[in-house]
Amino acid sequence: MSNKKHVKLNVNGKDEEFLAEPRELLIYTLRERLDITGPHIGCETSHCGACTVTIDGKSVKSCTMYTVQAEGKDVTTIEGIGGPDDLHPLQTAFKEHHGLQCGYCTPGMITRATKLLEENPTPTEEEIRFGMAGNICRCTGYQNIVKSIQAAATEMNAAKEAAE
Amino acid sequence: MKDEISREERVENLKGMGCSRKRVEDARFTQGKGNYVDDVKLDGMLFGDFVRSPYAHANIKSIDTEAALKVPGVVAVLTAADLEPLGLHWMPTLAGDKQMVLADGKVLYQGQEVAYVVAEDRYAAADGIEAVEVEYEELQVIVDPFESLKSDVILRPDTVDENGKAVDGAHGPRDHPNHIFTWEAGDKDPTEEVIANADVVAEEEMYYHRTHPCPLETCGCVASMDKVNGKLTLWGTFQAPHAIRTIVSLISGIEEHNIRVISPDIGGGFGNKVGAYPGYVCSVVASIVTGKPVKWIEDRMDNLMTTAFARDYWMKGKISATPEGKITGLHCHVTADHGGFDACADPTKFPAGFMNICTGSYDIPTAYLAVDGVYTNKAPGGVSYRCSFRVTEAVYFIERMIEVLAIKLNMDSAELRRINFIKKEQFPYKAALGWEYDSGDYHTAWDKALKAVDYDGLRAEQAQRVEDFKAGKTRKLMGVGLSFFTEIVGAGPVKNCDILGMGMFDSCEIRIHPTGSAIARLGTISQGQGHATTFAQILATEIGLSADSITIEEGDTDTAPYGLGTYGSRSTPVAGAAAAMVGRKIRAKAQMIAAYLLEVHDDDVEFDVDRFVVKGAPERFKTMKEIAFASYNQAIPGLEPGLEAVSYYDPPNMTYPFGAYVCVMDIDVDTGVTEIRRFYALDDCGTRINPMVIEGQIHGGLTEALAVALGQEIAYDDMGNCKTATLMDFFLPTAWEVPNYETDYTVTPSPHHPIGAKGVGESPHVGGVPCFSNAVQDAFRAFGNTHTNMPHDHWRIWKTANELGLHD
Repeated sequence: MSNKKHVKLNVNGKDEEFLAEPRELLIYTLRERLDITGPHIGCETSHCGACTVTIDGKSVKSCTMYTVQAEGKDVTTIEGIGGPDDLHPLQTAFKEHHGLQCGYCTPGMITRATKLLEENPTPTEEEIRFGMAGNICRCTGYQNIVKSIQAAATEMNAAKEAAE
Repeated sequence: MKDEISREERVENLKGMGCSRKRVEDARFTQGKGNYVDDVKLDGMLFGDFVRSPYAHANIKSIDTEAALKVPGVVAVLTAADLEPLGLHWMPTLAGDKQMVLADGKVLYQGQEVAYVVAEDRYAAADGIEAVEVEYEELQVIVDPFESLKSDVILRPDTVDENGKAVDGAHGPRDHPNHIFTWEAGDKDPTEEVIANADVVAEEEMYYHRTHPCPLETCGCVASMDKVNGKLTLWGTFQAPHAIRTIVSLISGIEEHNIRVISPDIGGGFGNKVGAYPGYVCSVVASIVTGKPVKWIEDRMDNLMTTAFARDYWMKGKISATPEGKITGLHCHVTADHGGFDACADPTKFPAGFMNICTGSYDIPTAYLAVDGVYTNKAPGGVSYRCSFRVTEAVYFIERMIEVLAIKLNMDSAELRRINFIKKEQFPYKAALGWEYDSGDYHTAWDKALKAVDYDGLRAEQAQRVEDFKAGKTRKLMGVGLSFFTEIVGAGPVKNCDILGMGMFDSCEIRIHPTGSAIARLGTISQGQGHATTFAQILATEIGLSADSITIEEGDTDTAPYGLGTYGSRSTPVAGAAAAMVGRKIRAKAQMIAAYLLEVHDDDVEFDVDRFVVKGAPERFKTMKEIAFASYNQAIPGLEPGLEAVSYYDPPNMTYPFGAYVCVMDIDVDTGVTEIRRFYALDDCGTRINPMVIEGQIHGGLTEALAVALGQEIAYDDMGNCKTATLMDFFLPTAWEVPNYETDYTVTPSPHHPIGAKGVGESPHVGGVPCFSNAVQDAFRAFGNTHTNMPHDHWRIWKTANELGLHD
């Protein structure tokens, strides 16, 4: 008898349903089963954050979470944050302020930063550095990542104010 | 014809050299649409993974694969016995040694590849690995290179004769079975004589610990053998795709035109992705055997344990000077721990790379350097992590020796540097160890740096802090870290730089389309350096078409011209030069076309930003767009249609970027915790192509330097167990540990480079490591400290404070 479990989850607004082994990791499901390759694998010990996704409103490292644990949950990856016609302000800011180099950490960085700015729309530099400490970048030295997040926060707050 | 826009606007529209053009690469990365090797997916693709040795030194008595082959999803298991009939159980290393692809009779380090399991997915491969039964017979483990050179244990039976005597290797005589090479540079006897008779001699021993480049993306590949058309396609995390193609051809026997190597997007390299690894060979073999594409991707543990480490140099130095501080001689001996195989990525003529820049930025008349390579039971490699072939070690060595000499002379080390710098008028400068530095203006850079940080003010503050500490008013000491470095990059002239016999030139090919846009391809491959942005800027300035109209492609050997790849900061100095030269070929033809169209002699037109203009008649011109169109669509007497060119650039010399760094650090004596209060980095990389990209690379290189100096280490226990194989144990700094950096620059163009550019990506790492380290050690200078080894983690700093009696 197969030990596979029935899993139903919603990824970037789309319902997905499949059978998965209990040991299957969420990053594997996303990348291999659902062809969502934005989240990357960097360390498999929850340290680097390249695989960061949002699950029911919380930042989660998908390389150390079993897919069956995501049963019934909403998962958002970088692909669900903004596309070519509707870029998220963070996506624009990372380019504008040179917040990336090789780009491998970038999807996880931006995914995490969207939550950070939701939790705290006006973070100080210290709060950004602390809030992003679960995501490692080997290229940029973080200075421009911090700058990008600060710029996106300013942009998003101005847009919010204009809308009110 | 009247000009419709101003010259300034034309320059701006060009987005050529000197402007901070935003990166064209970023759109795909910010939207999760990068295409890294692990994103490559092919129909029917299998997945390969390794059974690895748990022991650092052991004979393999047997390997039983039967149970593994019964595991659901497992397709094949390869061992050395399977590779041997193909002649693929050993492969050449880049350093002239040879390396086992799969353990052949014995293992030499923990994590060594023993068998390759091919399965339908990663989980099945993992199950298969569990089921392979290997019987080992443990052997005595040697982790200390000095012990290795005295031991009776022969680590590599393949390198000795039947009497156990070392057979001479690729780099000359070997005086012990565990000895790999002795490499010398400079004049031994005169140097020793100068030092023996000197007024002042400072001596120091230092260990530059083993570390790892640890790019965020690990190494990997996808091999796909198409048996119908006989073509092998190999995607991989390759910093040198053409070199990999040649190596694959040489060892597999598949003709080079039937091999296509593709480096797609690469998630950081830093030297880790230069070499050839068993995973590549096994994947190719597995694809040939199974007839299906095979993917191999390391996990982080594999990466840290087995793919190219960096450093691991035991250095002994002597430096002599007059009582006034003028340096007279330098002696350096290095014992280099290369692990189980000598698999460094060095030019073959320099088994320890460019360690012979260890005279640094100083006018040292006499010097001698010797490096002894040694086998131990550790992982092989020895890459020049974020530096050009061991410059990092060399600069660390000299910048420490300067500090040690300053202590001996009781002098300020900034002043000691100043009085020994090579002077501007001495360039091109022939160094005592053989290289010719192209250009430099060290005094200007140093003065600018010291002024920017108010150096005298810092020293006064530090002296006060020492007084306060002694008076019990504070428990924090203050260190002022200085470093002045010269890099040796842009490898290199084919006459003296090669890897496995492949000369280190680079290339650029360009095709201008009729409507005035273009595609250019180069032999290099970006791993985050932003080539698609900056190479287009070089071409824009050279050919007068907007950078936005020029697509840059790299990393596909079927389309890109042959080149030796991206490492050792060689992309801008070598491929960037090729781009400039190809642009000049285009311009020469364009000039003839313009003259014909304008009905004047070739010499009567001149290039101006984006057009050729009739001399003395600025209203008469043809833009490059018009010229491009005409080149295809108008019969021009004496000229072939089209506007295309290719350039292979063999640089006449290396380039020598330099820089001046200052770090201000506070150290809590009771906890060993360091706080970087300020970091100032002045870099001179010659002509600056994209200041934004340069600054970004400096931030990144400094952060990697911080990691190496302050905490990162690949450590082993006495049994050869790697104690730092995950990111739980191997320190990678996060945004929380890293300061903001102040960047600055001077511009001293390279005289032999077509655009005067020197390369910058590695400079901050090379200069940063000694700067951070000097800051820590300087904080304790007033209490009698001369030298302590890196990494300066909190425990080691606390220990230093304790040994100096500061906790009493």
